[in-house]
Amino acid sequence: MTDQNLTVRFFARLREELDTDSLELPAIPGQTVETLLSQLAARGGRWAQLQGDQPVMVAVNQAMAKPSTPVKAGDEVAFFPPVTGG
Amino acid sequence: MVSIQTEDFDVGAEYEALRGSGSGTGAVATFSGLVRDSGDLSGVTGLFLEHYPGMTEQVIQGLIESASQRWDVRQARVIHRVGRLALSDQIVFVGVCSAHRGDAFAACEFIMDALKTSAPFWKKEITGDTEHWVEQKESDLDRSQAWELWPSGASYSADPDHKKTAR
Repeated sequence: MTDQNLTVRFFARLREELDTDSLELPAIPGQTVETLLSQLAARGGRWAQLQGDQPVMVAVNQAMAKPSTPVKAGDEVAFFPPVTGG
Repeated sequence: MVSIQTEDFDVGAEYEALRGSGSGTGAVATFSGLVRDSGDLSGVTGLFLEHYPGMTEQVIQGLIESASQRWDVRQARVIHRVGRLALSDQIVFVGVCSAHRGDAFAACEFIMDALKTSAPFWKKEITGDTEHWVEQKESDLDRSQAWELWPSGASYSADPDHKKTAR
């Protein structure tokens, strides 16, 4: 990973349906979880589900985050379905 | 202590370790979760469990710290298995020792309820040759949220900012 990139990870159903474990994307100044999600959903096809009916949870640097959470170079952002352990 | 592992665990050995936590310990409460044959679907023959390494351990450690702020917790142990599991296999263990049973019961139940709705694990049910990602249950969210109304000690907060500061 370079200093200008962020890492995006996917888990469980999202990982399978997007056929993607992780991505390296160039960080964009002023980016938030919400703008990153829109950017990914705009890829179309199966990626559109990131802004679909099913809830998507997000963590930034392994702590639960909100749509307004800022995202910057070097961050690890993870998208996943609601958790079902135990 | 928190362990995420593919291997099985020995409840007897875990109990003995908690029992040996000191002469002030007067109660040990333990919970074990098992793979059963019906969940979202009937005829379940096994489970597959995925997790987010690193975040999972941090979240559960945060839950133990929250429990320790609210109740007398001398020691707490959480083990959660991942990977492929068969019917009746052990999935999860929560053990808490305390001076008194009330604190041990409450802290054990709280950790388990909060784990189900906040620790990043995902369960896939296997029925013969089909697979199905389990949906989060409203009843699990209700149980977890109910602890925020519990009238003793410092209250648990599901607010993500709280978890950040607890790290």
